[in-house]
Amino acid sequence: MLITDLFGETFFSLFANKSRSALTILGIIIGIGSVIAMVSVGQGATQNITSRIESLGTNLLVVMPSSQRRAGNLVKGGMGEATTLTTDDAQAIKNSIEGIKAIAPTVSSRKQVTAKGTNTNTSIYGVDENYFSIKMITVDLGSLFSASQINSSSRVAVIGPTTRDDLFGENTDPLGQKIRINSQEFTVIGVTASKGGNSVGSSDDLIYIPLNIAQQYFTGSKSLSNINVEVAAANQMDAVEQEVSDLLLARHKITNTDNADFRIMNQADMLSAMSSVSSTLTYLLGAIAGISLIVGGIGIMNMMLTTVTERTREIGLRKSLGAKNSDISSQFLAESVALTFIGGTIGIIAGWVASYIISALASMTTVVTLNSILLSFGISALIGIVFGYWPAQRAAKLNPIDALRYQ
Amino acid sequence: MLRCENISKTYLMGEDNNLTVLKKVNFQIEKGEFVAVIGPSGSGKSTLMNIIGALDRPSTGKYFLDEEDVFSLPDDKLAEIRCKKIGFVFQSFNLLARSTVLKNVMVPLVYARVPKIKRWEMAKKALQAVNLEEERWQHLSNQLSGGQMQRVAIARALINDPELILADEPTGNLDSKTGEVVLKTFKQLNKEFHHTIILITHDHNVAAHADRVMEIKDGEIISDKKNN
Repeated sequence: MLITDLFGETFFSLFANKSRSALTILGIIIGIGSVIAMVSVGQGATQNITSRIESLGTNLLVVMPSSQRRAGNLVKGGMGEATTLTTDDAQAIKNSIEGIKAIAPTVSSRKQVTAKGTNTNTSIYGVDENYFSIKMITVDLGSLFSASQINSSSRVAVIGPTTRDDLFGENTDPLGQKIRINSQEFTVIGVTASKGGNSVGSSDDLIYIPLNIAQQYFTGSKSLSNINVEVAAANQMDAVEQEVSDLLLARHKITNTDNADFRIMNQADMLSAMSSVSSTLTYLLGAIAGISLIVGGIGIMNMMLTTVTERTREIGLRKSLGAKNSDISSQFLAESVALTFIGGTIGIIAGWVASYIISALASMTTVVTLNSILLSFGISALIGIVFGYWPAQRAAKLNPIDALRYQ
Repeated sequence: MLRCENISKTYLMGEDNNLTVLKKVNFQIEKGEFVAVIGPSGSGKSTLMNIIGALDRPSTGKYFLDEEDVFSLPDDKLAEIRCKKIGFVFQSFNLLARSTVLKNVMVPLVYARVPKIKRWEMAKKALQAVNLEEERWQHLSNQLSGGQMQRVAIARALINDPELILADEPTGNLDSKTGEVVLKTFKQLNKEFHHTIILITHDHNVAAHADRVMEIKDGEIISDKKNN
């Protein structure tokens, strides 16, 4: 059988059963389309989480106070209660550990803030000039703290866009305006650019003030809420984490690491934990969509078996006219592969469109990758072969005499 | 040209219940003969045709076509023999219903891997040989009358220019007048184009058109004589 004959016969017979072929193809379209769409949602979620975590800074270690246990006391305090993490610790880390690009100690607390008759309750972050570069925070209006403002304990504040909206009204210019935090007056010198998300400490609703002022007026001590450490290179993350841990244990005179009054969050670990969650999500969604693909494949097998039965006489005739078993089986296999090929192509387009609609309507990030397209194309071709094989073999093995007598 | 040696065919119907349809049949047919095989239904004539047509393997015995021991060959070789050396004509025509006359006639060319450009000429020649009017060639096969359908089927059998044409009750589904036309077509093919034709029938009037009549009964050939 010439290949052009194979194509001709295939399309002729698929076209002869238009509605049946169309419904079978629809099954594959739905299967492939849902795989593409579901996987795009999963991969979109992965990308979203990754980019949000990365937007908090790169190669970041965050040292946080943990629970404090006094000697001879078995009662553990709550997480973050310890007040033993101090500015001196931050200075020591900076001075004695290699491979650190920048370090930013912070204190934070929630306070009532007033400005010209409006008020809000928000987080107050005491930071130094390094904080903004580590956390990749930029300004929309005005400027960030300079080193001289920090050193001279200037009463200046940089506020988040949501706080600005709450205190001064949306899209206003609050530069030079005064705000009062716990009866202390600060001058607004900048508004940060929106970061959108609210995950893991990045928020648009907060106020930054110089660290030393915050310690002086709000905490009254040298203790810190956390120390952000930016490591110079990604491959030094674990080593630096270990050194920081050893240094702080020594400084705090703790011998048993279980009793440590601090903990260190490694951004790389968090990233891999989060991406493993979201890739599990992708697999789950893909598997659910895959079920519909299998159902579509069974639809193909059903159609092919019906076709073989209907055309038993024709198969007998073709054999008597000189068709080999391989001619018959390749003809039926070609039909099922053609069905999945058409269904797969339309399904990829449909899935792509669906992922656009999902991202538009549900405001979710969706990503259609070349891999997921190739994968579903491969799967659809495979389904055509797997689910078409048995009917094709059944057709090929028909005894020509019985087939010719078949009514 | 073809020779059957001790051909038997037994169907296993169950334990100790075998049905022997052909009993050690021996005969020989020469090139260019027009032979009718006649017998009542159940006599084994259709089984004999299936064996001669390389569609069915005998239980014992040998069948030679052009001095080749046909049933020593694998299935794919049998398909090749059916394709190139044998043309079948069936009682119920067996045309592809939704296809045109031309497409039906060209089906064997698909399996003979004949290049597309040659197919039209071959189909034209075959359809002219069975005297089918050219305006019918583009019609769908189920739009034709019984006599026309059978002539299309004969054209299909002819298209690969086979040495042997096997017709199983070709007039069985036709009235006597159109049956006559079909039989004349066979006669013409035999006399003008020298095709070897084996025609199977239960009807003595049909068998009378052949040059030689073999009578078969209960799986045995009971007479074999030439018509004058």
